[in-house]
Amino acid sequence: MKWSEFFVTGEPLIYAADVSIVLTMIGIVFVLTYFKKWKWLWNEWLTTVDHKKIGVMYIISAVLMLFRGGVDALLMRAQLTAPNMKFLDSQHYNEIFTTHGTIMILFMAMPFIIGLMNIVVPLQIGARDVAYPYLNAISFWLFFVGAMLFNIAFVIGGSPDAGWTAYFPLAGNEFSPGVGNNYYAVALQISGIGTLMTGINFLVTILKMRAPGMTLMRMPMFTWTILITCVLIIFAFPVLTVALALMTFDRLFDTQFFTMANGGMSMLWANLFWIWGHPEVYIVILPSFGIFSEVVSTFARKRLFGYKAMVYSIVGIAFLSFIVWVHHFFTMGAGAAVNSFFSITTMAIAVPTGVKIFNWLFTLRKGRIRFTTAMLWSLAFIPNFVIGGVTGVMLAMAAADYQYHNSYFLIAHFHYVLIAGTVFACFAGLHYWYPKMFGHILNERLGKWTFWLFMIGFNICFFPMYFLGLMGMTRRMYTYSAGLGWTPLNVVASVGAALMGIGFIVLCYNIYYSARYGERDMTGDPWDGRTLEWATSSPVAHYNFAVIPEVKDLDAYWEMKKSGKGFEIDEEKLKPIHMPSNSGRPFLISIAFFFAGFGLVFKWFTLAIIAAVFIILGLILRSFDDDDGYYISVDEIKRTERLTGKGA
Amino acid sequence: MGANHHHETFPWKHIVGFILSLVLTFAALWIAFSSGLATKAILVGIVVLAVLQAVLQLFMFMHVTESDSGKIQTINMAYSFFIAIVVVAGSIWTMAFVL
Amino acid sequence: MADTAHHYDETMPLEYRTEESRLNILGFWIFLGAEVALFATLFATYLVLFQRTGHGPTTADLFEIKDVMIETLLLLTSSFTCGLAVFEMRRRRLTGLLVWLLVTLLLGAGFITFEVREFIHYVHEGATIQTSAFLSSFFVLVGTHGAHVSLGIGWMTLIIIQLLQRGFTPRTARKVFIVSLYWHFLDVVWIFIFTLVYLTGMVM
Repeated sequence: MKWSEFFVTGEPLIYAADVSIVLTMIGIVFVLTYFKKWKWLWNEWLTTVDHKKIGVMYIISAVLMLFRGGVDALLMRAQLTAPNMKFLDSQHYNEIFTTHGTIMILFMAMPFIIGLMNIVVPLQIGARDVAYPYLNAISFWLFFVGAMLFNIAFVIGGSPDAGWTAYFPLAGNEFSPGVGNNYYAVALQISGIGTLMTGINFLVTILKMRAPGMTLMRMPMFTWTILITCVLIIFAFPVLTVALALMTFDRLFDTQFFTMANGGMSMLWANLFWIWGHPEVYIVILPSFGIFSEVVSTFARKRLFGYKAMVYSIVGIAFLSFIVWVHHFFTMGAGAAVNSFFSITTMAIAVPTGVKIFNWLFTLRKGRIRFTTAMLWSLAFIPNFVIGGVTGVMLAMAAADYQYHNSYFLIAHFHYVLIAGTVFACFAGLHYWYPKMFGHILNERLGKWTFWLFMIGFNICFFPMYFLGLMGMTRRMYTYSAGLGWTPLNVVASVGAALMGIGFIVLCYNIYYSARYGERDMTGDPWDGRTLEWATSSPVAHYNFAVIPEVKDLDAYWEMKKSGKGFEIDEEKLKPIHMPSNSGRPFLISIAFFFAGFGLVFKWFTLAIIAAVFIILGLILRSFDDDDGYYISVDEIKRTERLTGKGA
Repeated sequence: MGANHHHETFPWKHIVGFILSLVLTFAALWIAFSSGLATKAILVGIVVLAVLQAVLQLFMFMHVTESDSGKIQTINMAYSFFIAIVVVAGSIWTMAFVL
Repeated sequence: MADTAHHYDETMPLEYRTEESRLNILGFWIFLGAEVALFATLFATYLVLFQRTGHGPTTADLFEIKDVMIETLLLLTSSFTCGLAVFEMRRRRLTGLLVWLLVTLLLGAGFITFEVREFIHYVHEGATIQTSAFLSSFFVLVGTHGAHVSLGIGWMTLIIIQLLQRGFTPRTARKVFIVSLYWHFLDVVWIFIFTLVYLTGMVM
């Protein structure tokens, strides 16, 4: 392979990206060296097995990916603002909508959610760590190298360009001969394995490590949603694993799964993709429901209305979300019986979701509402999400779907559920739990600016798309002619997208501003919270709880405060706390995964095999590892607790 | 704790399980090649035998109900069975229209 | 994680004694649930594609019951001997445990030998993974199972080495128990391959 093929060439935008990537990397190396931070980076972050630090790394990665996916989105909006634009050519446009979709779902929404759950879930259930801290580090690093592998595609070898759904035959060798879709298959595979392990880890953590007295029906709602999310991850991700493996076989070894000849069936890809894909959207939306439940309950100062109904409706989704997948390809021609069945199940799944909307509304009713930034995101979520949900039910009618399918109506629908659902929730959760991560509060004034800019921009951007869809504008078209009359609404949409971009910049500025000038959270409980994470100091001590709390009711910490005592630590009762040791192996194994993946992408099988040997070596070393962790002494716990003011 | 094996001196449970699994395997063989049933009946018969044998392995060799997590383990396997049926039957049904 | 070292319960089998072990065993059960979903997807792919043979051979052209039965009996017996290994472990007999694990390993290796021979035989008859959708899905389904068995052989070897080094500890006992779960599970998967791939292929 020639160097000119190895590196992507010929586009000024790509050269600009090359330059900025190189400059950023030089900058990072310089800063780390100048401030002598390499050792700190290795000891505190790269080798950590602490769920809170892993959570922070997930969220930092997610924000970076939000930037990448957001730039992709703005490039698309720029191209579509006026008819017959020459800003991007069709190939470049194809690449950008592919990476936008893939990155936003798999490398932004999921890690943001998983980051929040890493930080919050062990605290909410009164645990000192997750069930498998070492595995948790592997999960993160596999996700991270998968994301990095996917992200370098656009400068090395070429981006995937067959859409985030990568339908065959388009994604096959015949129509996509480059390495782009190899990146898709391999990078998603690597990060998917990490996600599966996260699912197992948190399921066991929630089922087996809750504080004494916390029965299932006393679990905070966020933890409940994560529990079911884990179930969905565990049973949906293996399907993606297989689908991607078959895609890899087809592309690298010329098998005939999804080909056009020798019996291959291209539509089987769509089938397998969506068997995973539909539970996947619930994987990113259920935790969001959990976040909104916590925020609404805290800032309405009321117990969540209809807790049990909420739990049952979430459990119901664990079953229903697995039997609706065909609604993503009603127009494929499966016939009346199949389409009717999946049409009905799809409408049925709207019921448990509708139940929850009423839960939140009735929680708000007669509450003493505080309009914090986190609460604003949650309040905005309800009407915006309902718009997305109702149009979803429209799409669920198989006969009508023939009209809406793959039009901008669909684009508007899923952005209304994914942005108003998941992205709003991520922002709400970020503002809400920020003190737990960093010990200071995100500036509220800047937070509200972010909220209004982003929320208004979102509606200006996506609401017109419903009408563009009904006017006939189809998904993934890279330009259109002036005579179609779509120009005004497209201009409006682009203005909205720009507002969202400004909102994101304000958020980033807020992170910087609050780190320098933000209000320290001395109490550990800045919002007058209800659940156990607010019983810890901010930022949380390494071992989370000096003494494991006893839970007597739902909203455990609220009950402790109401009984007048709060969460007191009796120094007499302190015992040495066992903690797992840090390890560099998860990071190094994941680096080996990166090179194995890179080798597969370019069919450099020698590299892939050498890297695979290192992976196996890492696993064998782990098997013979006798490290039992270490103990934190009582004296050290006392010192830490007195510093944070929690100890007596 | 479901099964306290260290009191037993002879592995009766395992031997019975092994014999049953052999019987089920050869029964499937017989149904497939010597029973003279219609193809559809044969398919139903051998799938039922396979499911029985899976249940046998789960309970007699793997002790799925054992330990304080026995309930979780059992629900987990039952749910995975539900998923397997959905994926296999659902895919066959959905893809049946393709010529 | 907090209670790794304490919480000893002497009435439990050795592999369940520590909190860490109990968590790991449960986690492995959950992982097996994920494996069910993985193999279900491979079965779904195979069953959708197995009559789409293109210009290549069909199931009836290829499969021979004798080879399949040998593989089946080898694996069934290995599942039994693996159960005996755990039985011996619970009676605290290290030699018995090691012997039965070794027998299981050999039976597993025998299974893999026959499977590789079967695959080579097919390839010589011109039935390769590239020939048709049927053969692609056949080789990937059966090959994934075979890869699992091979991995199990390597894993079990590591555990035997650790048993020889350290004898019975809560940790080695837990590892033996988990690898036994894995091994029995692979037998269950094979039963479905036997039924849905081979028997079905020869009947239809």
